[in-house]
Amino acid sequence: MKTKKTRDRTAVNSELIRRPIRKAFPLFLLPTFAAFCIGFVYPFCKGVYLSFCKFTTTSNAAWIGLENYGKALRDASFMHAFWYTGLFAIVSLILINVLAFTVAYALTRGIKGSNLFRTVFFMPNLIGGIVLGYIWSMIFNGILTRYGTAIVLSTKYGFWGLIILMCWQQVGYMMIIYIAGLQSVPEDMIEAAKIDGASSWQTLWRITIPTVMPSITICTFLTLTNSFKLFDQNLALTGGQPFTFAASGDTIRTTEMLALNIYNTFYLNANSRGVGQAKAVLFFILVAVIAIVQLSATRRKEVQQ
Amino acid sequence: MKRDQTKKTALTVVFAVLSVLYVMPIVQVLNNSFKANAFVNTETFALPNAESFVKFANYINGMTFGNYPFYKSVLYSFIITVLSAALILVCTSMAAWYISRVDSGFARLVYYLCVFSMVVPFQMVMFTLARTAYNLKLNTPYTIPIIYLGFGAGLAVFMFVGFVKSMPLEIEEAAAIDGCGPIRTFFSVVFPMLKPTMISVGVLEIMWVWNDYLLPYLALDSNLYKTIPIHIQYLQGSYGHVDLGAVMALIMMSILPVIIFYLTCQKYIIKGVVAGAVKG
Repeated sequence: MKTKKTRDRTAVNSELIRRPIRKAFPLFLLPTFAAFCIGFVYPFCKGVYLSFCKFTTTSNAAWIGLENYGKALRDASFMHAFWYTGLFAIVSLILINVLAFTVAYALTRGIKGSNLFRTVFFMPNLIGGIVLGYIWSMIFNGILTRYGTAIVLSTKYGFWGLIILMCWQQVGYMMIIYIAGLQSVPEDMIEAAKIDGASSWQTLWRITIPTVMPSITICTFLTLTNSFKLFDQNLALTGGQPFTFAASGDTIRTTEMLALNIYNTFYLNANSRGVGQAKAVLFFILVAVIAIVQLSATRRKEVQQ
Repeated sequence: MKRDQTKKTALTVVFAVLSVLYVMPIVQVLNNSFKANAFVNTETFALPNAESFVKFANYINGMTFGNYPFYKSVLYSFIITVLSAALILVCTSMAAWYISRVDSGFARLVYYLCVFSMVVPFQMVMFTLARTAYNLKLNTPYTIPIIYLGFGAGLAVFMFVGFVKSMPLEIEEAAAIDGCGPIRTFFSVVFPMLKPTMISVGVLEIMWVWNDYLLPYLALDSNLYKTIPIHIQYLQGSYGHVDLGAVMALIMMSILPVIIFYLTCQKYIIKGVVAGAVKG
């Protein structure tokens, strides 16, 4: 209701500047809109269309209905990637958020050198996924060679290696968001709790955590979507190795996550591109559902406040 | 009070140790970039000794290693990043101003499409986008910024619209009354006021484009043009002989500018990244 009113008032008052801007449409909106059509709208629509087709290039598509989706859902490697990604997402979600919150909490206690530590912890965020993957594969292989093995030889190593990598990269990022949240906790609330005799543990659970709940929501969903969309690090660290074979004869790349699975379906075998596109649509729906849940979660919080 | 102080000192010590551990991977890259290939895997954590130390040979070999000069990758990465970020900042800020000031049905449609595009993972459009880029000759470092503008418009437009909505209309009205056309109003009145969001969006786009691997890999003609991530993936991923020492030297050379950039504009980077996270 409120937004509606603001918009109307704006519209009346701004008629003076609104009309000339409107005339300047080709200069202001057209370039972005045209690029947006080329870079997003057209590829997206075509992508949805192609998921119902059999094709190797975009020009030889033949409509086959839902067949691709059926194949995608029966694909053992896709199902494996789905569960693997889900497991990865949950483990990394818990670890990253607990670590980030702990670090942020400690760094807002007014200890010496907080700024320096913050700088250090945030730094890995700026390094690209591919480079990160190779840095860590060097480190892990340096350790594992002593035991006569390597990161690409075991699913377990690949999983925990990727978890360590992602923690290293993302703890600093989430820490910054938590620090911003923690700094907005009103000082007098904590004072009042202290005067009332609350222990620091009670203060943390009863006052600090409920107040930084918005930050927790943001970080939870950020880590979740980051895990689901993870590609570069996955490709560079293990590339899906080691491989096993399913009963159906399909190759299962045991440390392969959803994004990499879709990529491989597209580019390892040109005949399965339709299936790859169908997987991509399913993947998109999954990510979109997470985003919608997040949106409604944050909206609800706003109403409460 | 005294106990509190000791606690804080202890925390400082713990965090100092953690910080050292935290930068260890990068120190190890530096360390190994001075070693001969055979020693990178076997003596990863040892300092280079008389036997394994190769001075700057890795850096020198790395420049031409893999039949593609590394400086060209750096150059292309740089060109693509600068052009894309500039194009995105100018075009999307103008679009956002149009969208929030005109507020017509079409403008609103574009806005909602932009918001929608933020949710779509790249894998959804990668194949068709790469084909489109190829067909429209957007597969060179000088034209790929248009693809980046298209695919990256969502977040930028969203952030700019959020900011423009909070800007007072009176200033622009005053400019209009004084005879400014929309172009002048935008560039001499609105544009300077957008500075904080410009920095946030700029940082986000620079980090994204500089580190991006899949989009340029699929869209560019990768025999002719490589960016740094493509170059490193190409060296490591190509099976057969991999000179790990040289790869470490290249990794070092590619993260050094990033670290310097980070240390010089740290304040803006952290602020920009957080603004993007909270809004996206």
